[in-house]
Amino acid sequence: MLSLTSDHRTVFHGIPAGFKLLVLLVFSIALFVFPDLRVQAFALLLVFLAFICGGMGFLGEGINHLRRIWPVVAFICIWHVWSGEYAVGLALLFRILAVLALANLVTMTTQLSQMMGVLSWLTTPIRRAGISTRPAEIAMAMMVRFIPVLSEKSEALRESWRARSPKRPGWRIVVPITLLAIDDADQVSEALRARGGVQETQSKL
Amino acid sequence: MERNLTYIALMAAFTAVLGFIPKIDLIPGVPISLQLLGVMLCGLVLGAQRGALAVILVLVVAAVGMPILTGARGGIAPFLGATGGFLFAYILAAFVTGFIFERWKGDLIVGAVIAAFVGGVVVLYPIGIVWLAVYLEKPILVMTQSMLVFIPVDVAKAVVAGLIATQISKARPAALLSRQDS
Repeated sequence: MLSLTSDHRTVFHGIPAGFKLLVLLVFSIALFVFPDLRVQAFALLLVFLAFICGGMGFLGEGINHLRRIWPVVAFICIWHVWSGEYAVGLALLFRILAVLALANLVTMTTQLSQMMGVLSWLTTPIRRAGISTRPAEIAMAMMVRFIPVLSEKSEALRESWRARSPKRPGWRIVVPITLLAIDDADQVSEALRARGGVQETQSKL
Repeated sequence: MERNLTYIALMAAFTAVLGFIPKIDLIPGVPISLQLLGVMLCGLVLGAQRGALAVILVLVVAAVGMPILTGARGGIAPFLGATGGFLFAYILAAFVTGFIFERWKGDLIVGAVIAAFVGGVVVLYPIGIVWLAVYLEKPILVMTQSMLVFIPVDVAKAVVAGLIATQISKARPAALLSRQDS
């Protein structure tokens, strides 16, 4: 239902998720280690070219994602125009844009399942140490499932509020939503236990 | 075990849903929404450890690419952004809120509001501000001043969180996992 992955197919979709994340990590560290304006400008240019490789639609989507950081951009511009340190401000601006654009590129070209794969790989040492990550996986799946359920419930409560009152439903409906959710959670936990619970799967690992 | 796990998942989902509620633009910049209210409630309802785990769950699910953070943000970019410090500090905020509330002996509502205030404002802000200052290479004092406008709203959130926790304790006393041992 919800996803930040881009619909435009690009060459980056085929690259393993772990590798993309590693590139992002090295890229971000490198830009912090070398604050020179030319390095930052070159980095931003590279990211820009990468987006162009994905096509104009992909580039547009990337720019759209970046648009929400405009307050930070405005803040840096005002500060550095006022202080007169143009080069420092420009380098800072380029770095922020380059790192965030690349982070967006990774998110836009990586399926949720691939990211989960990386997460599973990262937690391998925990499993090696004999601790099951199964409860965490179940919690994650349950949370993702709870989100639409909670949204629907709050929408239903909001509608019944509107039917009774001309005023807007404010924070007053938060408590009933919470109570409904708690009752659901109690049922789910009983159901989970009735089906053998989460601990039992530990023996399989 | 099953109950703890379900409650953690539930409160994590609740925190995510609170992020969907349209943000009120006090001033443009750091998005303010009800997500912090969710973080406070994670601590109040679940207690220190489970509350922190619920917040970690929210952050991990956001990082793998679900747009559940305030303003439908998700993926890795928010964690590398100027306000990333606040996201990481959410974990400690929930923990401290839960830690105080678990041990509170006096009036429930007073304890809940104080716990939510200490966790969600006193602990959260310094971490977020230091991150912001380092990230933007600006003096901490200036950054602190620029963040002051958000604090009254977040104090109000602490009061609301306290009220909600008290209501839950009246309607479903067993659901307040943080207060089960006392």
